[in-house]
Amino acid sequence: MAEPLIRLIGVTKRFGAGAAAFQALKGVDLDIEAGDFMAVMGPSGSGKSTTMNILGCLDVPSSGSFLFRGHHVESLGRDQRALLRRRYLGFVFQGFNLLARTTALENVELPLLYRGEDRWTRREAAMAALDKVGLADWAKHTPAELSGGQQQRVAIARAIVTHPDVLLADEPTGNLDSERSIEIMELLTDLNRTSGITVLMVTHEPDMAAYARTIVHFRDGLVETIERRAA
Amino acid sequence: MTDLDLDLAPPPPRQASSMRLLGTTALLALRAIRRHILRSFLTVLGIVIGVFAVVTMVTLGKGATQSVHDQISSLGANILTVIPGQGNGRGGGGQAPPPFKYGDLAAIRDQVTGVTSVAPQAQASAAAVHNAANWSTTVNGTTNAYFDAQNWKLTDGRRFSDSEEEAGKSVCLLGSTVKANLYPHEQPVGTRLRLGSVDCEVIGVLDAKGQGGFGQDQDDTVVMPIKAVQRRFTGNQDIRAIIVSADPAYDSGDVQEAIAALLRERRNITGGKLDDFMIFDNKQIADTLSGITGVLTAIVSAVAGISLLVGGIGIMNIMLVSVTERTREIGIRLAIGAVAREVMLQFLVEAVVLSCLGGLIGLMLALFASIGLSKVIDVPFVFDPWTNLMAFFFSGLIGVVFGYFPARRAASLNPIDALRHE
Repeated sequence: MAEPLIRLIGVTKRFGAGAAAFQALKGVDLDIEAGDFMAVMGPSGSGKSTTMNILGCLDVPSSGSFLFRGHHVESLGRDQRALLRRRYLGFVFQGFNLLARTTALENVELPLLYRGEDRWTRREAAMAALDKVGLADWAKHTPAELSGGQQQRVAIARAIVTHPDVLLADEPTGNLDSERSIEIMELLTDLNRTSGITVLMVTHEPDMAAYARTIVHFRDGLVETIERRAA
Repeated sequence: MTDLDLDLAPPPPRQASSMRLLGTTALLALRAIRRHILRSFLTVLGIVIGVFAVVTMVTLGKGATQSVHDQISSLGANILTVIPGQGNGRGGGGQAPPPFKYGDLAAIRDQVTGVTSVAPQAQASAAAVHNAANWSTTVNGTTNAYFDAQNWKLTDGRRFSDSEEEAGKSVCLLGSTVKANLYPHEQPVGTRLRLGSVDCEVIGVLDAKGQGGFGQDQDDTVVMPIKAVQRRFTGNQDIRAIIVSADPAYDSGDVQEAIAALLRERRNITGGKLDDFMIFDNKQIADTLSGITGVLTAIVSAVAGISLLVGGIGIMNIMLVSVTERTREIGIRLAIGAVAREVMLQFLVEAVVLSCLGGLIGLMLALFASIGLSKVIDVPFVFDPWTNLMAFFFSGLIGVVFGYFPARRAASLNPIDALRHE
């Protein structure tokens, strides 16, 4: 069997110190295959968000190993993690998190700007990404002029514009009605199938998790069950 | 581990190219400024006012200093003015010091070395009337030596003839202010003019000299032979002042000392008695006055400089608020892969661009204001590139200094917390 894209071995995370310390993760083992579509579920405080932060290289584990593409990345410094995010990861948030007063196109171009791409490469790649999410006609609009569903699609375009290995989505449909939610889930499924991008998604809703191929349940800082479904 | 880092890092040249990083952050900074135009304007207002105040004050101060210099040198260089009276005014108790006599004049001319010419002066006030026009002015009685000593040119006509000077004839030369008021459309030379009750012929017109060292209008005068003034106006033989022109080859201090010694002897001032006359050196007056203007300029500029400092603190204030307000934005940038240095540079560049922009606007306003104000207060406009360059450089420096702290704070934010920030 091929090496998984991501492998967590005995990952723990402790916040605070002394009596006030809180053990958020108590030894998480998790393998994520390249091309998987994984839904992460669990009640509040179960450790799913902490795990996602570590997987997104926004946070580091207190102990344990985090292998990305076979490399240990658990002890990378702040800037190196930033470079890893820049190069391999894309983020979609519940609250969209687009820059205000900034057009859809400029929002999507932003990650390319930090990668130092020139103007024309940026424009072309950003337009291609917007086209993929079906918003090529809305490139010149600012977030305030877009609906919630459209804003989330812009955010997805921003996440995939760099062709990342992994797309991390933190409750991407949390702020949307069910019709928009289905559209977003179909878009993510489509991206996962056609581009082969690995999707990691935190969700509360079983309806949304149903789109995933693997569903991981967290409870009390540990992986409770891993449910693999037929594609 | 080294293998891994190379694998993960983007191609090194791009990362290493600080020019590219600067270009990127400059673009981001300009976008941020453009998107918050009102906030940007309020941020730079302090710098605008500070630079404006400093540059305007320094420019006007330099103009004033130059104006004082010009005025004093218009009085003529190496001119000593001798008048009766005490430097340390002894109240009203004592007798008025005696005026000078013609003999004093001749003695100075003949006995003091380094003296090129000596002119007496007697003064009276009179109303000058020509046709329907009426102008109250000062009548100066003197000799032709006066024009040489003052280096005063004529625009029309001639000086006194020897016989006019000797006989004290009623002839006069007009200062340009008097000419402008009495002869708005006519050439005065050859016409007649009534000065008080005296009828006199205009033989010449003097060139404009402008303000004197103490702000008086030197051109508001009518010059007549001294004997005419003494006979017709003052009614005595008194000489109110002696104007001595010194040879530039001699030290004016030595000449001054020699004149003082001579006059003490002629006026019987011996032992510890105080001089009952004063000698003014134009050069000394010029130095004193430009010294005063220079000090005033420095003080006012320092006060204006404080407003520049306050402007810098204003920038820091708003940048700090801006960092808090844009915490989420910073979180987004960090999440999508900005390194701390890039976030820091963006905020720093924003601060520097803002303060430089404020500096430029301030310089522009100062240029207009100093041109306008220099006309109003009647000093020459002196554009000093150094003042402007320094002010601009300083405003950029303020951006760096006061932008650094907020920028560092922005860069040190934790992306998870920043993204959660409401």
